[in-house]
This record gives sequence, C-alpha cells and structure tokens, in this order.
Amino acid sequence: MRTDPAVFLRPATWAEALAAKAEHPAARPIMGGTDVMVELNFDRPRPPALLDLTAIPELAGWERTGGLIRLGAGVPYTRIITELGDALPGLAGAARTVGSPQIRNRGTVGGNLGSASPAGDAHPPLLATGAAVEVASARGTREIPIGDFFTGPKRSALLPDELIRAVRVPAAAGPQQFAKVGTRNAMVIAVCSFALALRPADRAAGTGIGSAGPVPLQAPEAEEFLAGELDWTSPEALDERVARRFGELVAAAARPIDDVRGHAAYRRHALAVLARRTLTWAWDDYRRETAGAGDVDGQR
Amino acid sequence: MRVTLTVNGERRVADDVWPGESLLYVLRERLGLPGAKNACEQGECGSCTVYLDDVPVCSCLVAAGQAQGREVRTVEGLADGGRLDPVQAAFAEAGAVQCGFCTPGLIVQTHALLRDDPDPADADIREALAGNLCRCTGYEKIIEAVKLAAARTGGSQ
Repeated sequence: MRTDPAVFLRPATWAEALAAKAEHPAARPIMGGTDVMVELNFDRPRPPALLDLTAIPELAGWERTGGLIRLGAGVPYTRIITELGDALPGLAGAARTVGSPQIRNRGTVGGNLGSASPAGDAHPPLLATGAAVEVASARGTREIPIGDFFTGPKRSALLPDELIRAVRVPAAAGPQQFAKVGTRNAMVIAVCSFALALRPADRAAGTGIGSAGPVPLQAPEAEEFLAGELDWTSPEALDERVARRFGELVAAAARPIDDVRGHAAYRRHALAVLARRTLTWAWDDYRRETAGAGDVDGQR
Repeated sequence: MRVTLTVNGERRVADDVWPGESLLYVLRERLGLPGAKNACEQGECGSCTVYLDDVPVCSCLVAAGQAQGREVRTVEGLADGGRLDPVQAAFAEAGAVQCGFCTPGLIVQTHALLRDDPDPADADIREALAGNLCRCTGYEKIIEAVKLAAARTGGSQ
C-alpha cells in the first residue's frame, strides 16, 4: 500500500517557507525533484509532507556583490552554465556534467547540498573555492562554511527547521577546472571527481574531491604543496614532478570505499590522474593569462 | 488535492491527486494523455519529456503540485491539427521509430533543441539527446531524423 505524503505545502514567499518548515520540521523540501521524486517514485520511506520551494521567486535568482556571487538555492544548473560560466567556471564546469539537459533544467545546487551525497557534482568546486552555505529558519539566518557543511554520507549540518537559502561563492580569481570519471558522458553519478581553483594573487590553490570518501573532501596537504612549489611570478611550464606529486597528495587525501561504481584502489588512481590533468590545464590557462597581460599582442 | 494547470493550451483540472504523485502520472492517468511514456521513473531515460513553461523536463521528476498554475506542452500538443510537426514527420520518414516507446520524449527534446539551435552540429545533437535512451538502439536513424527536421525547418544543410 502506498503511504504518500499527507501534505503538499507550497509557500509563495521565503517567510512562509520558513514558517512552514518550523511547523513541519519533518517535511521534505523539494526544488527540481531530481532526487526527491526518485525516492517517492520508488516507494522509499516517504516524508509526512512535501515542501515545494519552486514558487518562491527569491530562490530563483543570483546576484553579485563585489567579488562574491550569492547563488539562490533554486537556480537550475542550465542557468549556472549559461549565466555564470565566467564568474564561476569551476561550478559551471561541474554543472555541465550533471545528468542530461532535462535534469540540468531542473536540478539545483541548493538541492545538491540538501541531498549531501558524497558524489554530488557541485560539491568539489564549492570546496575548492571556499564557498559558504546560507541557511535560514524562523529563528534567523546563519552561514555554514562549506568545509563544515557535510557531516556524513547524505548528512549535513542543516538543522530540522532550517532551509538552504543560497550558496555564497567567491567569483573566480584565477583559472578553475573540474573533471569527473564515469562510464559515459551523460547521466553519470561520479565514480570520482576533482575540482581545482587557482588564486594567483594569494599564491594559493583550492581543491575538492568528490565521490571518494564519506563526504566531499579537500586535500589541504596538496594545496599547501602547490602554494609552495608553483612559481606564480614568472610561470614556467609545469614541472612534471610537481604535477605527479600533487596527484599523489590528492589521492592520499581521499578516503574511498569499494562500491558498485568502482573500487577504492581505482578511485585513488583515477583521482591522481584527474588532479594531475586539472593542474596541467589550469596552469596552462594561468600562463596564457600572464603572457596576455604582459603583452598587448598576446595570443589567445 | 486538486491541481489546475494548462496542458497544450487548455485549462485542465485533476482531482484526488496524491501529494507525492508525479506530473507524468497526472498527464497519463488523470488527463488521458498517454503520449509521454512511463519507463524508468528516475530521470534516466527521457521518455517522459514534456515542456514545463517552455523548458523540457522529465515529467516523472516533477511533483504534480509543482505544476499548479503552470503551462505544460506534451507530444500531443506539437501537431497542428492533423498536420504533424516537422520533427514528428522527420522521425517517421527517417525510420527513427522502432518500438516507439522512446519516441515521444525524443521528439519533444528534439523540438526544444531545434527551437534554440536551428542548425545543430552532430556533437550538439548527441549532447541534447544524451538523456533520452532508445533500447532498440536506433540512434543513427534518430540523429538522421533530427538533421532532416533541421534542414526542413530553416537550418542550413
């Protein structure tokens, strides 16, 4: 027998949504439905209520203030690709690998964070760029640094009465790359994925590892290694030994398991390859930018 | 609960909708529009693709209540009376229809592709149709049909 959600809540404003979540803390928020509807269609344990957030206009927009993008929780991946490719190239790159066009038309970063899957495609670029999740309840608003957001497989620091309002992502201050391993170019849950963000002005690099641990991870030792080894002032071609060592440090930061999508050993190996490749691409981008800035006739 | 929406230009009302029900179920079982197909129920196969406010989506992943007050266009809404849409005609002529189960979703998704890009490159066609599975594996003919429709609807050869 079907035990369907008894209530379908459809607030028209953010204040109404917070009030509804306070009243029904077990209500399952639904945005694009690309995770939640699969659970409902497959008769998995059903929530007592669905809280549809698609009628709330402020969730569907983004704004830029200085160097920070505030991305509403309801902006679908398709719009991130078409509108934010320059400001958030890492996240836009990850968005391009999500599902299919139909899925990208519906799926959102807010939903990806809400599901908190270790394999969520948006997570590695958010980690690499030091994003923060803006959450709210009837009690008020708070910001959770992305590194503190994921607490376990499909678990997050979000409290029962809280909803995700937006994610605050620093606009790119240098080249960013994202790469993902899967069985085909579409409809793939990552076997593993990796994001890299260079910040030349800070002589720093950010990393994010997906689908190779109980939560999406950073690789702090690999970041420190890059900060020290790369010649940011007059960038030469990347030393292959640096790229290889970076790959090893990223692989060492992962905590993968064997599962249906891949073995732990394969994931570590593939991550080392992805880390090396993305570093090579990002460093080549940086060298081109540096050459272009110093030379009016710089070729692009 | 009751859901009121516009489907293929007509105002429609569905009653006794379960709160967890999908738009696909409402279209097929409550409104008598069996064009969009029910296959994977998880967004993998694209056979339930419809326009929701002019954006192609998997209707199995839209909660019925989310379609309240919105506009839906299904494969049934593409033909102009008895005259097939050029995409439908091209699929029939190119031999892109085998068992036919994936066809409605492919047609809606192709319709959306050609609306946005009247002359897509091969790679763009493959990318646009990456979320539509054909278990008869008739992809070559499907891509030919897309090109045929593009050539007829204004794209260059």
